[in-house]
Amino acid sequence: MTLNADYESPRRSEANATPKLDERIGHPMTLLPTYAPVFLIMAVAAALAGLFFILASVLGKKNPTPEKMIPFECGSESSGGNHVKLSVKFYLTAILFVVFDIETVFIYPWAVQFRSLGALGLASMGTFLAVIAVALVYIWKKGALEWET
Amino acid sequence: MLTGSLVLWTIVKIAIIVGFVFNLAGVLTWVDRRQSAMIQDRVGPNRAVVKIGPLELRLAGLLHTLADGVKFFFKEDFRPPKADRLLFGLAPMLALAPVVILLAAVPFGDTVCPGSLWRVLTLDGLEKTIFPAVGRYGVCSGEVGSAVGPIDLQVAPLSVGILFVFAIAGQGIIAAAIAGVSSDNKFSLLGALRASSQMVSYEVTLGMSLIGAMMIYGSVRLDDMARWQGENAWGIFVQPVAFFLFFTAAVAESKRIPFDLPEAESELVSGYFTEYSGMKFGMFYLSEYMEIVTSSMLVVAVFLGGWQLPFLHRDGLTLEFGDTVLLHQDIAHIWMTVFGVVAFFGKVALLCWIQAFIRWSLPRFRYDQLMKLCWKVLLPLSLANIMITGVVMLALDKAGTGAAAMLKTLGHVSQATVAVGLAYALVRLVVWFVGSRDPQRWIVGSAATRADKAGGTKTTAMQA
Repeated sequence: MTLNADYESPRRSEANATPKLDERIGHPMTLLPTYAPVFLIMAVAAALAGLFFILASVLGKKNPTPEKMIPFECGSESSGGNHVKLSVKFYLTAILFVVFDIETVFIYPWAVQFRSLGALGLASMGTFLAVIAVALVYIWKKGALEWET
Repeated sequence: MLTGSLVLWTIVKIAIIVGFVFNLAGVLTWVDRRQSAMIQDRVGPNRAVVKIGPLELRLAGLLHTLADGVKFFFKEDFRPPKADRLLFGLAPMLALAPVVILLAAVPFGDTVCPGSLWRVLTLDGLEKTIFPAVGRYGVCSGEVGSAVGPIDLQVAPLSVGILFVFAIAGQGIIAAAIAGVSSDNKFSLLGALRASSQMVSYEVTLGMSLIGAMMIYGSVRLDDMARWQGENAWGIFVQPVAFFLFFTAAVAESKRIPFDLPEAESELVSGYFTEYSGMKFGMFYLSEYMEIVTSSMLVVAVFLGGWQLPFLHRDGLTLEFGDTVLLHQDIAHIWMTVFGVVAFFGKVALLCWIQAFIRWSLPRFRYDQLMKLCWKVLLPLSLANIMITGVVMLALDKAGTGAAAMLKTLGHVSQATVAVGLAYALVRLVVWFVGSRDPQRWIVGSAATRADKAGGTKTTAMQA
């Protein structure tokens, strides 16, 4: 039962109760009509981006002067190298992103199959979410989420 | 089957959705400037003019968008001497391309049955064209005489749906990072760091907040989500917290005020694209506005019913509450298709306008506040949302048929609420359009007059 009504996706209700292996993983010949448009839109995107790029290079005038060539810093003279030292916080954020985003991906298949998994599924995912919550509390208490300098 | 007609339809669909996004992004640059002018009590862009004889066309500043587009191409194409030649050129293309590619999975209308759009019947030697309605359920079942088969109004009917959108949208971060690192400029580098750090943080919330919605819809396909919402209730009613979280994260992903730290003008000039000029800057600028449109499309598909309108289904109008059908009227398939596409694009445009309004209403966050909001507020909330959704769904499934009937009625009540809200908004809009626009009333509302009324700084309204 769905939450509000007995709605089933027309695709799913029209399919057989037990689809053949080819139907479940997609036969190469049935995958083509699905993914060919993706490649087509990729080509369109690349063509648009390339067209803009080439037009900008061809039509845009070029008049370099020594003043223009220095890195723009609101008129003040640039000093030192342009690769400044970075706060370690940025690396920490990147690591935290990887950890939490991968956990999100683990939850997706469970979310789609939630109804068929029932109470047991909820309990197991509850345990998994509790582990994530503990990790979040840990990094919180360790001060990894603090940005005051 | 990969036939010629499939290729043709794909090209038409790509033209529709990509054309819409490009045009709306262009209009949005105008909306942003015009709306900021209205909010800040200024005139706004009004200089661009087309002169046809004695006629001067200004179109309320809309021509500025065109003028800007032309200007972008003819501005100096500048590359800093110490910049990385390859990466510096690649970054703007990498910013623009993903926003176009992710449109492949966005459904902008219900599946079309080409054989049921119209039929030509021959009655008593007279040719007559009829526009039949189709059934509410099933994809073009019982359709005869159609060579093409059902057409999904979605460039690619991907079974991974929203996962594809996330995967492609995530590439935007790479563009920002590459642009900053390759520019050989301190501002660019700092902007790129801020941008990538902000975007990855909010992407976690973006993904987590959708899980509750996926549990209810039981699918990751955006068209299935929209169909579920048409049959039951819109996502904003069944997952209000997720809607708030997703929308906030989506605004943050587009790097606009109040989340515009990567491009904060007062601190970093314009962040990671400081050294870009001409159309290469234009590509970043355009992709930012296109991101607004695509994120609005996602919010519409997942939370605002996609192409659905209240009580309108594939077969026509069905006004029902619970199990009682008050009114049923078949509407031709061709009209339902048009309604659906117009409804989807209309909702997207409305949501884009709301995002433009947010931009000019809220002050900018500080960076630590931005990170605090993401990791300490939105992320715990989205985790809690998953668990609460699970428990409530399980309890309702166990509660039996009485709860299911009540939910069905509640779903119809929510649809009625949307219908009443839409009708009210339409009436207000018409009243606003035809109503008298007394210039005096505008001046009464202006900040200068208000300041004068409150005592003011100077003696007359003009000086206040």
